[in-house]
Amino acid sequence: MTKEALNILIGGEAGQGLVTIGQVLAKVLVRAGYHIVVTQDYMSRVRGGHNTYAIRVCPQPIHSLREGVDLLIALDQETLELHRGELNPGARAIADTGLTCSEAACYNVDFNALTEGRYVNSVALGVAGALLGLDLELVDEGLKEYLGKKKPQEVLDKNRAALEAAYAHAQANHPGFAPLPPPAAPRRRMIINGNEAIALGVLAAGLKFLAFYPMTPSTSIAQTVINHAQALGVVVEQAEDEIAAINMALGASFAGAPAMITTSGGGFALMAEGVSLAGISETPLLLAVVQRPGPATGLPTRTEQADLEFVLHAGHGEFPRAILAPGSVEECFHLAAQALALAEASQGPVFILSDQYLADSYRAVEPLDLEAVEVVRAGERAIADPEAYVRYAPAADGLSPRALPGQSAALVRADSDEHTPEGLITEAAAVRLAQQTKRLAKHGLLLERTLAPVFSGPEHPELLLVGWGASQGVIAEAAAELRARGKQVATGHFRQPWPLKADQFLPRLRAARQVVMVEANATGQMARLIRRETGFEIPRLVLRYDGRPLTPEYILRALAG
Amino acid sequence: MLDIATYGEFETAWCPGCGNHNLLKAMKKALAARDLAPKDLLMVGGIGQAAKTPQYLNANAFCGLHGRSLPAATGARLANPRIKVVVNSGDGCHYGEGGNHFLAALRRNIDLTVIVHDNQVYGLTKGQASPTSLEGFVTKTQPEGVWAAPFQPLAVAVLHRVSFVARGFTGEVDHLAGLFEQALAVEGLALVDVLQPCVSFNKVNTFKWYQERVYHLDDSHDPTDFAAALAKAQEFGQRIPLGVLWRGERAPYSGHFPALATGPLHDQGVDRAALEQVLEKYF
Repeated sequence: MTKEALNILIGGEAGQGLVTIGQVLAKVLVRAGYHIVVTQDYMSRVRGGHNTYAIRVCPQPIHSLREGVDLLIALDQETLELHRGELNPGARAIADTGLTCSEAACYNVDFNALTEGRYVNSVALGVAGALLGLDLELVDEGLKEYLGKKKPQEVLDKNRAALEAAYAHAQANHPGFAPLPPPAAPRRRMIINGNEAIALGVLAAGLKFLAFYPMTPSTSIAQTVINHAQALGVVVEQAEDEIAAINMALGASFAGAPAMITTSGGGFALMAEGVSLAGISETPLLLAVVQRPGPATGLPTRTEQADLEFVLHAGHGEFPRAILAPGSVEECFHLAAQALALAEASQGPVFILSDQYLADSYRAVEPLDLEAVEVVRAGERAIADPEAYVRYAPAADGLSPRALPGQSAALVRADSDEHTPEGLITEAAAVRLAQQTKRLAKHGLLLERTLAPVFSGPEHPELLLVGWGASQGVIAEAAAELRARGKQVATGHFRQPWPLKADQFLPRLRAARQVVMVEANATGQMARLIRRETGFEIPRLVLRYDGRPLTPEYILRALAG
Repeated sequence: MLDIATYGEFETAWCPGCGNHNLLKAMKKALAARDLAPKDLLMVGGIGQAAKTPQYLNANAFCGLHGRSLPAATGARLANPRIKVVVNSGDGCHYGEGGNHFLAALRRNIDLTVIVHDNQVYGLTKGQASPTSLEGFVTKTQPEGVWAAPFQPLAVAVLHRVSFVARGFTGEVDHLAGLFEQALAVEGLALVDVLQPCVSFNKVNTFKWYQERVYHLDDSHDPTDFAAALAKAQEFGQRIPLGVLWRGERAPYSGHFPALATGPLHDQGVDRAALEQVLEKYF
């Protein structure tokens, strides 16, 4: 199966440059034609501590991280101490001679003999590249791009020299490490992570306004949009707090700009009243919530999927919403674009739910299909009788035509109080009943457009492994492993946890001999939601909530145990 | 000059004698004088009696959450540079619940006309102290009298050198209308703090109390003199100055956004060529 895949792990202190090595290596591997899954593991600090950058690489498509290390690049002693137990048979650990590395796997290299102190990372990169069998020119190109055009030629030359010295040394003193098998002919592919994909997806769909407060692991969505804001005519504003962010986004959306916020659990907690405002004022809003372990501050830089119930219920009162949860980097792009359109169509809040693992996981992605992206056009432009326009006109499907303020003679009034069709405050029982019923009717539109869970494998399996959100690839590989061992296994992935349409998944659940739900939380939130909505009790859960990502091995151990 | 009737007449939820009646009158006068047609006007309010103002005239309106009128107005302004955005809310909304947003608005010098209906009490919720209640002000919820010092919004605004800082009084409708007119003409942040008696819940800062203390700033006050403006902004006791305290030179915030140069964001689609160039960077 994926025996040809290799796990590379770069470890060191924050500030040592392991991300540089990792990013360049990841890009070079993709350009060379390989598939990658990156897992970034970092601490909540700027210097020191222990961080790792893992790249799983394979000539064939892969969709998950794996346990174990085949090539360890240790920038400090702690990396060796912490990860020597994870070395697979045949693995090698590249370490400077200044560190203590004495087992058979150690490949001790005197970095400082090969270059000046400041370029040692390029030596480490070069040694890794040589052992992996990568073309030095590709590595040099990748490094030059990463360093940027502004670096003086002398610096670029010194880095190149470091690479050359590393390659020469590795070839002359080869530690006996099997290089990567050749990939399929390299195709032009993008190297992006989940957060970048969300950003590109909303940009393609016509996002025009983003407000945010920085919060790990969501900030890179906003940063990516900022990087392209001028080129694409988008307004981005860092708000003074999360409450400001959501209210700004709602004001912008009311005024006709397709808008979003980005945040994580704790920041989203502050936005709850704003979600409620989106509901009653019927203002489109996309909310990207990138999950990390809570409660409260929790583990700021780690991963979990424990905010499903919170995102489903946050915001007092009753109003419709949708929640999409992509399972891959491509899906992040497409679902983010669809979510922006869905927010406009439903005139209310729509969520895209990701987590730190997927947010930071770089993959090789085929060029994205822009034709598939529906560009959002805010509001109803053709108002029949502007002088008589009312924002909250009665509508059987709940959708009152949404004029934009200033765009015509129509006066648009939106309210957080209960309101008449004209948008004026009212306490009349009959009006309240009518407006609330109208708003709730929009659930019908959301339900109609619900994306069905994706199943694969036999329809009557011994075992059906299901999950939601970012665990898609991990579950798929666990299932593949079980099939290789002769078991009849199918998988199901919920990419839209809400609304749920029972006929899209209940028959498959019922047809399996055993259903197991895999979730990265402590209480099995998706399983509970399914039971609440359909009565179907998933009897067995595989749960992980130590802040580390699910792995196929973790799932298999849990199933065996 | 538009006909004031354009803005309509609405039945209000305000008490007889409430300062809001005169404030609304002054606003309509100023809007008419500035030729601001209802369709080109966006009124933004939070929650409170003051925040109902957008409901009582013909205009576009976004009546949002308590304390959150400034961020909503900021978002609207940064989505549509052409529509005139006016914010109406009380001292509780702007200086209490929305205090952080008030400070951020000052830092930005965001182009909004911000009218604070400052009656030094929470009216809609029936009489609790507000951030501008004086020390010692007794209420049911502050039976020993307020212990905290009152917030000084005008001084803080002058300190941040926003475009326009003024104080008005609902007892002087024409003067107030004049201030509003000037505020509406400002690019950048125009703050008008309006003293108004709350006949139901503030028995200290009554119409008479204000009338005894207010005086008009005249030509001897130079609103471009920072030190003088800051000094005047702190004057609130036996004498309370009315008029334009400060005029600043800072740039309006929306001017920083190239995307707004060509008009409202809702008129701008996706530049496909530019998008493809963006995607290219990720190969």
